[in-house]
Formats: sequence, structure tokens, C-alpha cells
Amino acid sequence: MKAYAAYFRIRFTAGLQYRAAALAGVVTQFAWGFLSILLFAAFYRTDPASFPMGFSQLASYLWLRQAFLALFASWIFDGEIFSLIQSGSLAYELVRPLDVYAFWYVKNLALRLSRAVLRSFPILTVAALLPAPYGLSLPAGWDSFGLFLSSAVLSFLLVTAYCMLIYIATVYTLSPLGVRMVAVAVTDLLTGGIIPLPFFPDNVLAVLRFTPFAAMQDLPFRLYSGHVAAGEAAPALALQAFWLMALVVLGRAWLNRGLRKATIQGG
Amino acid sequence: MSGILTPDSGKCQVNGLTPWEHRRRHVQSIGVVFGQRSQLWWDVPVADSFLLLRDIYRLDNATYRQSLEELTSLLQLEELLQTPARQLSLGQRMRCEIAASLLHRPEILFLDEPTIGLDAVSKIAVREYIKRINKERGTTVILTTHDMQDIEALTERIIFIGKGRILQDGSLSDLKKYCSPWKTLTVEYSGGDLAFDSENAFLPGLALQSAVPGRAVFSVDTKTLSVSQAVSALSQKVEITDLTVTGASAEEMVAALYKEYQV
Repeated sequence: MKAYAAYFRIRFTAGLQYRAAALAGVVTQFAWGFLSILLFAAFYRTDPASFPMGFSQLASYLWLRQAFLALFASWIFDGEIFSLIQSGSLAYELVRPLDVYAFWYVKNLALRLSRAVLRSFPILTVAALLPAPYGLSLPAGWDSFGLFLSSAVLSFLLVTAYCMLIYIATVYTLSPLGVRMVAVAVTDLLTGGIIPLPFFPDNVLAVLRFTPFAAMQDLPFRLYSGHVAAGEAAPALALQAFWLMALVVLGRAWLNRGLRKATIQGG
Repeated sequence: MSGILTPDSGKCQVNGLTPWEHRRRHVQSIGVVFGQRSQLWWDVPVADSFLLLRDIYRLDNATYRQSLEELTSLLQLEELLQTPARQLSLGQRMRCEIAASLLHRPEILFLDEPTIGLDAVSKIAVREYIKRINKERGTTVILTTHDMQDIEALTERIIFIGKGRILQDGSLSDLKKYCSPWKTLTVEYSGGDLAFDSENAFLPGLALQSAVPGRAVFSVDTKTLSVSQAVSALSQKVEITDLTVTGASAEEMVAALYKEYQV
């Protein structure tokens, strides 16, 4: 355990060094946030009744998403892992008395968390100061806030477990490009990264709600704003926990099989 | 043998364990250095990589510190420990890699082309370190290399592998049987002329390869004529001022081996 904690610490502190990148990220996230708000505001003015949630709830959703992008985005990967798979330095991971899945998992957690720490506070602060309904409003209540935090942790772990599957696919395919492109395009849409999930047509949502995608970032934001009432949260959280366990178990089995069959190329 | 790959068939036991079946237990007692890849974390100082390895191998502080001190003095790492790995030269990095692989005092050290790409001074230094590690710590060293000088300097037992099979298993002198019996004699002389015709009626087994006034190169077929006989015969003809005897190079020996087994 100590090794994983030590590795987390090393990667986390290393991640905190990238201040310029964080600044650039913050600016990007502001741009995205403002543009999304303007876009939805235009639709809202046309027909408020067709919206599945109130505008201030939507604004909170969008700002939270931007602030915590590093935690929940499904397209944030650690390039080192891809390159060590492709170059064969994977051999060194196998020569350590370590669980490779756990090692990579912890590395990803550290990467995302260090980025989130650097970027979230400026965005949260500015969004909170914006005039209602365009800014980040207060949570719907203490219980909503507590549920938001629990769900956010589960989402964070779930998204990381999902990304592990992409790394594991690369162990089989060597080049990550194809898998990444398809996975990122599909996942970003289905997790509510382009438009929030409540805006999807009802028949699509009915199926989507049971997939891991719905559990990956949509739920915490809606818990925060009360769109999902505190009393109704339990089954959704249970589903998150279920998908987390399922993806971890699946990932580990898949990785072990891949490593057994691995060939280290390049002498 | 390191447990990284799983073979298609066959048996292998290292320290009583099958490497690929008990990978994590097995790797606890081995160290590995790949000449062409780095195990040190790129952007942190070498000392930090060592600390992480201490945690990975679960060493207690006392053992770790003692091991680190020994390796630092053995490999002269004092000035390198606080440098990030990316700033080290290849020779410096190789010393750190060897230290990293030995921190947990493995019984077996696997070295995959450890001197590849190194300059002459570093190569000699690395060979010296390997010899000392073997002597002072009793570590079994298994070396993969194409560098004949590595082999000549370090090995007692050589296993020659080709196409998934063991082709030769013996000492270096066993392998040298594949050496050709010809030796090259380069003579610098005065007071005479050794540039007689290459048909060589002078002495059977001694053939003139090239000659300029004062310097001649001969090949000696040691099956017919010993080197000392050749030298004494030549010294009766002229006054020898300088003499060099060389055998077939180790590369030629290996090439002959490859050819024999069609590897």
C-alpha cells in the first residue's frame, strides 16, 4: 500500500508543477462555460417550457462541469502509459512486485486530481460571482450538497476505471489512436459532456440511464442543483457503485489476460 | 526468466519458482537492467526514484540506507543522486540504473545489453562494477550481449541461443575452438629483406600477406607451425625491432558460430 501512496504523492506533486498549462486550461474552461451559457440562454428565451430543468440549474451544471473537467472528462489520458506500452517499457512495470492495474489507476487519480486542484478554484470563484441565473448557484440544500460530494467521488473513480479500459485496449492494439478517437467521441456525448443528459430524448434516456455513461458525470451535477431530489438519490448512487465495481473487475481481468500474452518488441 | 513474458512451452525454475506463474513473488528477488530502456522516473531526481523503489520493494529504512551507501560508493553516484534522470548522460544513467536494480539486494541480476551505446571509458567502468558486484555480493549475473568484449571480460559460462534452442553451453575456451587456427604476425625489422615472393618457399605454414621495406605481415597456420618457431626463423633472417601477434578476432569467432548453426 505504501508504494501506491508514495507513487500517488510523487505524481501529484509533479502534476502541480504545470502552472502555465493550468492557466491555459482555466482560460479555456471559462470560454467554454460562457459560450455554453450563451447558447443555452438563446434556446431558453425561445421556449422555456421545453427545458427539462430550470435555467439556473443548468448554469450550475455547466459551471460545475467546467470547474471539475479534470476529474470527470473521459478524454484525459496519461501519455506516459501509452508510450510505455508502445515502446515496450511495459517490461519494467512487469519487473516490479506491483499490481500493474493498481499502479496505473493510482497514477491517473494523481494526474487528474493535481489538475483539478490547480484549475477548479478560479472557475468556481468567478462562476459564483456571476449574476444569477447565469452563474453558479448555491446547492439545493445540505443533503443535496453531501450527496453531490459522494456522487462526485464515485464518478471520479468510475471515470478513471473507464479510462483504464482504453489503456488496456492499447495493450492489445499497440496504437492507441483508433480506440481513443472512437471512445472519446462516443463517451463525451453519452456522459453529458456536449449537452446535459436531461436534454436527450426520453426513449434514449430510458436506455442510457442504466449504462455506466450516465453515471460518469451527469449525476453529481444534478444532485447539486436538486434536479435529482435528495430522496431519490439512493438507487442512482447504487448504480454508480455497481458500475465502478464492474469496470474495475472487468479491467483487471482484461489486463491480466493481455499481459500474459504480451510480447515485448524492440529487443 | 525474469517473468515478463510467458513462453509457449517448456519449463523454467528460478529459485524454486516458475517466473511467469508467480511473477510478483519472483521479481522480489531479481533485478533487471535493460540497456535500451530506463527504469528511473524521467522528471524527478534519481534519489526520488530510489525512494519509490524502496517503497515498491518494501525495504525498511535501515536496509535501504545501507544498500544505498554501498551502491553509491561502489558506482560513484554521489554527484548524480539529486539530478533528474533526464539530465544524465548515458554512462551516468547506466550506473544509476544498475544501482536502482540492486537496491533490494536481489540474488540474481539480469542485464540486457548493459554496455550498449556507452563510450569506451564507461564500458570498462560498467564491466568493473559488474565484476565487483558479483564478487562482493555474490550476485548471480545473467548477461545478454552481442559485445564480445563484455563476454571476454565478464563471463565464466556462455549459453549460445538460436531459434529458441540452446546451441552451445560451455566456457569461453570451449567456444574458442571455433576460432580459425590462423594467427597474424606483423614484423618491423631492419638489416635484410623479408619481402620474398608470396609463393613462400621460406617456411611452410608461414604466408606473406603484405610487405613494405622494413615491415611485413605474415599469417601463421598454427596447425603446421607454432608462432615461436615462426618468430625464431624470421629473427635468423633479419633483426626484428617490433613484433605483434594477433589471433582471429572474437567477432570472427562468433560469425563462424552463427554460420555453423545457421542462426
